[in-house]
Amino acid sequence: MKLTDEEEALRAGARGAAARWAIEHQIKVGEYLGAGDFVAVSQAHIMADTESLGAAGVEWLERLAGLPGAERSVRIPTITDPRGTDFAAAQRLGQQPWMLDLERRAIAALEALGVLMTNTCINYQTIMPPVRGEHVAYGDTGVVVYSNSVCGARSNFEGGPSALSAGLTGRTPRYGYHLDERRRATLVVEARFAPRELDEWGALGGIVGKLAGDYWQVPAVVGIERVPTSDELKHFGAALASYGSVALFHLAGITPEAQRLDDVLPPGQAVRSHEVGEADIRAFRQSYALDAVDVVVFSAPQLSLIEMAQVAGLVDGRRATVPLLVVTSPQVKPDADRLGLTARIEAAGGSVLSGMCFYQSYAREMAEANGWQRLATNSAKLVNIIGGYGYRPALLSMPACIDAACSGGRIAR
Amino acid sequence: MMFFASAGMGRRVEGRALVAKDGFSARYDLDRGRGVFSRPEHKLAGESFVGRVLVLDAAKGGVATAWMLHEMKARGMIPAALVLNAVNPIMVQGAALADFTMISGFDRDITQAIPNGALVEVDPTGERPFIRIVARDAQHM
Repeated sequence: MKLTDEEEALRAGARGAAARWAIEHQIKVGEYLGAGDFVAVSQAHIMADTESLGAAGVEWLERLAGLPGAERSVRIPTITDPRGTDFAAAQRLGQQPWMLDLERRAIAALEALGVLMTNTCINYQTIMPPVRGEHVAYGDTGVVVYSNSVCGARSNFEGGPSALSAGLTGRTPRYGYHLDERRRATLVVEARFAPRELDEWGALGGIVGKLAGDYWQVPAVVGIERVPTSDELKHFGAALASYGSVALFHLAGITPEAQRLDDVLPPGQAVRSHEVGEADIRAFRQSYALDAVDVVVFSAPQLSLIEMAQVAGLVDGRRATVPLLVVTSPQVKPDADRLGLTARIEAAGGSVLSGMCFYQSYAREMAEANGWQRLATNSAKLVNIIGGYGYRPALLSMPACIDAACSGGRIAR
Repeated sequence: MMFFASAGMGRRVEGRALVAKDGFSARYDLDRGRGVFSRPEHKLAGESFVGRVLVLDAAKGGVATAWMLHEMKARGMIPAALVLNAVNPIMVQGAALADFTMISGFDRDITQAIPNGALVEVDPTGERPFIRIVARDAQHM
């Protein structure tokens, strides 16, 4: 990689050991992925829950945090993805003291590095959405795919170590979705079905993700006639990224880089095409069908204020008879409290959780502690992930999830 | 037989190949505590990954693998190497942090080229990283 004088100085340790480690890490990654140089980034977003970090990762962060103050601080706004717990609810969730201890240590280390503990995977709805053309270094695949596709920003998937590196150096290797040529469509998908519920948007995202297949594929979707809401695109993108490892999509006539399909097609080059119809959506949902569940979870991504209001409206006057977990961000939670949404959900027996994400919060151990084996959710992303943690998931609409929660877990056919 | 990859990192390793035409994500696919593939739909569900050279199709899933390889290595519950048709940045970032052996990008489907259970050598250290079949039947180890 070609380095500027400033980057050579970082590599030589002019800004201390943390930045030196960071740029060495970035060079290793950049050279593997064919980056020619670095690009300055304006924000970084770090995924660093302790279920992923483990004790080894926390100790690693603590070593960085133990450096002298001037040598360890991030130099651009650097925020965090959800944590592995909501401390206020940890006991109710069956989480163990060692998990909370690890979380506290990770938080202390990240704060010592100057990281803002926003603990959210919906920063594009709540903190500071990136703008078109803005180069950023975001973690959380849902954050990246939304920011790239809906906002027109430029980021690759930046895992925790790389997002932290970007925070420390203020730059990232220029490869992948920082480059114009990588942002063109590699497949076209015709949607012959208009999703209505959030789980249907997620199902469509999951199907397109499977068709796409890997990180370097960019699907362009045609046939979506109604402009979707931010929550709908959040579920679509999160599932697309989850099933396909996809970081960028275009919706013809809707997303900013694809006002016309031709805007994103590679000139003079054919791309493969597919169709997705209602039968495909039905089959996708059917592959996650159960008769009953032990727990109902709204999470992955965290709920917006609008989704919180929708859940509150659906539970009013009812009573959840299996655990109903509603997970939102620390930015949405105070408004949900102020507007009475939290109280309405909790009056119906639900639990509103803040700053965590279900699958990032020791999901396997929570299952064992609470006897949860079968889980209902309206998140296609969550059903894709949670099987690996030993759950059997059901993908339902938000109203059907609430019905299940208020019917002893039974799912109506 | 030797198959060259377009990129690689880490050290030279030798081990028994565990092969499937399926993806890889440490969070989605593994029970890292027990060292086995745990996602029921995965073609290697129930198989131990510890010490094996995983030969798989594409990197999948979220960003957690960037930390998890490091955590798995610290506990000694990690594959010997990862050989993929297609990487995503997360696998590269995770391998870089963990000093883990990985190669990717072939002129053919590598999951069809390497027999499951074969003894293989993975060498990412030269200009042309490669995987080589040492013995098709690992009984000859």
